[in-house]
This record gives sequence, structure tokens and C-alpha cells, in this order.
Amino acid sequence: MAKLEVQDISSGYGEQQVLWGVSLSLEPGKLTSLVGSNGAGKTTLLQTTVGALKAWTGSVRLDGHEITSIPAHRRPELGMVLVPEGRQLFSSMSVQENLEMGATNSRARTRIDSNLERVFEMFPRLKERRSQAAGTMSGGEQQMLAVARGIMAEPEVLMIDELSLGLAPMLAVNLFEKLLALKNMGLTMLLVEQNVQLALKISDYAYVLREGRVFIDGPAGEVAANQEVRTAYLGV
Amino acid sequence: MMLQIQGIRKTFGGLIALNDVNLEIDDGEIVGLIGPNGAGKTTLFNIINGVYPPDEGRVLFQGQDVTAKAPYRMSKLGLARTFQIVRPLSELSVLRNVMAGSCFGREDRPIGEAAEIAMETLSFVGLANRADALAGTLNVAQKKRLELARSLAARPHLLLLDEVLAGLNPTEITNMVETIREIRHKGVTILMIEHVMRALMNVSDRVTVLDYGEVIARGTPDEVSNDPRVIEAYLGDPKIAESLGSKA
Repeated sequence: MAKLEVQDISSGYGEQQVLWGVSLSLEPGKLTSLVGSNGAGKTTLLQTTVGALKAWTGSVRLDGHEITSIPAHRRPELGMVLVPEGRQLFSSMSVQENLEMGATNSRARTRIDSNLERVFEMFPRLKERRSQAAGTMSGGEQQMLAVARGIMAEPEVLMIDELSLGLAPMLAVNLFEKLLALKNMGLTMLLVEQNVQLALKISDYAYVLREGRVFIDGPAGEVAANQEVRTAYLGV
Repeated sequence: MMLQIQGIRKTFGGLIALNDVNLEIDDGEIVGLIGPNGAGKTTLFNIINGVYPPDEGRVLFQGQDVTAKAPYRMSKLGLARTFQIVRPLSELSVLRNVMAGSCFGREDRPIGEAAEIAMETLSFVGLANRADALAGTLNVAQKKRLELARSLAARPHLLLLDEVLAGLNPTEITNMVETIREIRHKGVTILMIEHVMRALMNVSDRVTVLDYGEVIARGTPDEVSNDPRVIEAYLGDPKIAESLGSKA
């Protein structure tokens, strides 16, 4: 059974429709990427999936249970966690405080200490800087913190919006390696990534959105070899 | 030559938004301006119509140096633009919104004539039947058309279109593309920013690609979409993927 199943979702902002009947399915323990040009609807799809935006039509199922009407703030408790675009850290709070903010759901709250240890092991840099204000760190470190904060929520499905945006190449590669490590621990992930080549390299499966619809989907290797992907970005 | 942009540089604090940008547009052309998020496209529009001055470089409009000329002066000279985020005067009628475009446009019409021109323009964009409605009551596609009508009522020689297709459904996109072609047939030169690539590549004679504030390619739609630098700008640097692959 799919870990997460998004079926026939339409949604948008106000009267402006962005998604037109999008379906996707995440296999457990797999890394799936969602790519597509500016305005294709990637962030809208993530926001609708986590319930921050209301689905106009369609349904979201987690482990087979329909959660479409469960409000966004209750979904982390079910294991659905989003690392939002632009990080959205509490910039005047310390690194450790930010991490603790990730663990406010009732499941994760009881295991804050062990989870802190776990993310500090994974991101030693964050341990070194645990008392530093989040906003004073470099872009790469802040992105690291945003992912780590997501892990503090004990996700079963982790969604990351624009992991490498604005990061120097080496930092991006470093973060992607961490994602591969998380995958090896069995975490199911959905990744929105502007560097398509990078996303397709590390994913198991990929969806290409164009103009609010799924344009291509398939095993990442096949999508990478598909010349049509360029069309989704450049029109011809 | 309708427009010549020469060596434009613009910085915001430490950020170089545009660097040595050159662009020429002939009379009657439709030129597409594309590039990833943050490439500097709207900044270039803001420089062309005088929202802010460049740090370096010149803008020539029909041969005349118009660098940093205020937007209302540019409008009088025959340059009009639409905005990505449409902000009609919601409490005024659709007709009055378009009249404002005419009153402050190239022909400097008195208000009586402006009403006539506004009505003609509304017929042209297909909004005549909503002329008396309050602008705030229009739907997205209609607001986009109103935005277009406001700029056209200024009777521009050159029209800058900033994402007029964003938020439209496929049928509305097809209709809007048709309208853009008709505008060109009326003799208006067009420079357009657009993320709906299929439509842009279809309607443009030439395309210029910005990335990180610099022109990385220019040519026909076919030429730019096959340019390795453009593909890399849109799909990411393959070298990064390779360096990960060697470790994965």
C-alpha cells in the first residue's frame, strides 16, 4: 500500500485555480521528487497535501486513511511533516530551541532528548552551534536546521520544498547525502527541487508537473532519460 | 529601432540584480524575456519604464535617451506596461479604469474622448459587456484583460507585458495569446515576461534569457530552448548531480 496517496487534487488561491486533478502516490521508504518550472504548482501541491491549503476536490490518504479534512496543525501528529520553502525558522531563537519547536506534536514531545541526540549526530554542525541564534547562521546551515527541525517531529512522510535553492553546490550535495541517509533508515520522502538533474539522480520515482497537471511520471532514471522533461520547462 | 538597452547594471545593496544587460527590439517585434526566478526580469522592466534608475547603462526609446525618465513621462512617450500582480481601481467601474489609462497615455486625451477610447479598447479585449461593473467584481481572467486594456488605452508604441498569462486556464491562455497577436497586428511592439513557456515560445519572434542578472542566451525560440546554458539554468547544473552520484 502507498504510504501517501494524493488523488485527483484541484486547488488554488482565492478564485485562482493552480492544480487541475493532480494524483501522486508515495511508496513507503522511497524518495520521490516533484519537479517542474516556476508556477507549475509544486508548492501548491505540497501546501494542499499538508492541509495548509484547502483541496477544492480530491483526497489525501496516509496509510490508507483519508485525512483530507484533518486540519494542517494536527497532521504532524500523524507523521506528515513539511519543511517549507524559505526555511521559516525562528531566526532570533537558538538552534536548539528551533529544533525543540519541531517536536511539539504529542508523539515527538516525549522523545525530545533522544531525537535531539539523533539530529546532532546527523548534523554535527548544528550541535556545535546549538546556542547560536538561527538567523545568524549561513544559508546552508539554516537549511540544515530546517530539515533537522522536520526530523524532530518524527515524520513518517517528510516533504521538503526547495532543498537546494540558494545554496552553494557543495552544501547542496552535502544535504542530499543526508537525505539518502534518511532514506536508508526507511523514511518516506517527497522532495521539491529546482535542480532537476540532482533530484532525478537521487530519487526513486519522479513526477514532472506542468501548468498544474502531472505531465510525466515514472522511475527517476526513466524520467531523466525522457527528452520531454525539457519541454515541461522550456515549452519546446 | 523601438528600444535599445545598453549596458544596464542595477544593484540593490550587495545584490547585483542586473549586470551589463543589452537588448534591442525592432519595430513590430514580439520579444520574450525569460529566466529562472530571481533572474532580474521584472527589474529590467522597472528600469525600462523608469521605476528606478540604473546604476550604469542607457535606455533608448525610439532613438531617444530615456534613461531614468519617470514612468508617467514614459507613458506619454508611448511606453505602457502591465503588472504581474494586477491591482485595478476596484471601487471604480471597468470603463473608468480604462479611461485612466487613456487620460495618462501617449495621446493625452480629455476625459470625454477617453471614454470613447476606453470603450473601443474594452471591445477589443472582450470586456465591453462588463464596462459598468466595478473592477473589483471581475474574475482573474477578466482582471488580466482589464490590466491589458488599461495599458492599451494609453495607445503605446511599445507594450511591456509582465506575466499576463499567469493564473489563466488553458482556454483563457489560448485566447490571450490570440489577443497578443492582434495587438501586434495593430502595430504595437511587445516585450513580454512569461513563465507559461509553451505559449511564450509560440508567440515570440525572439527570446532573451536572463539568469542571475545576465543575458545568457538570445535567439529564436528554437535556438534558446536548445542552448545548453539555458537548459542548465532551468534544469540545474549537471556537475552537481555528478558529484553526488560519485558518493551515492
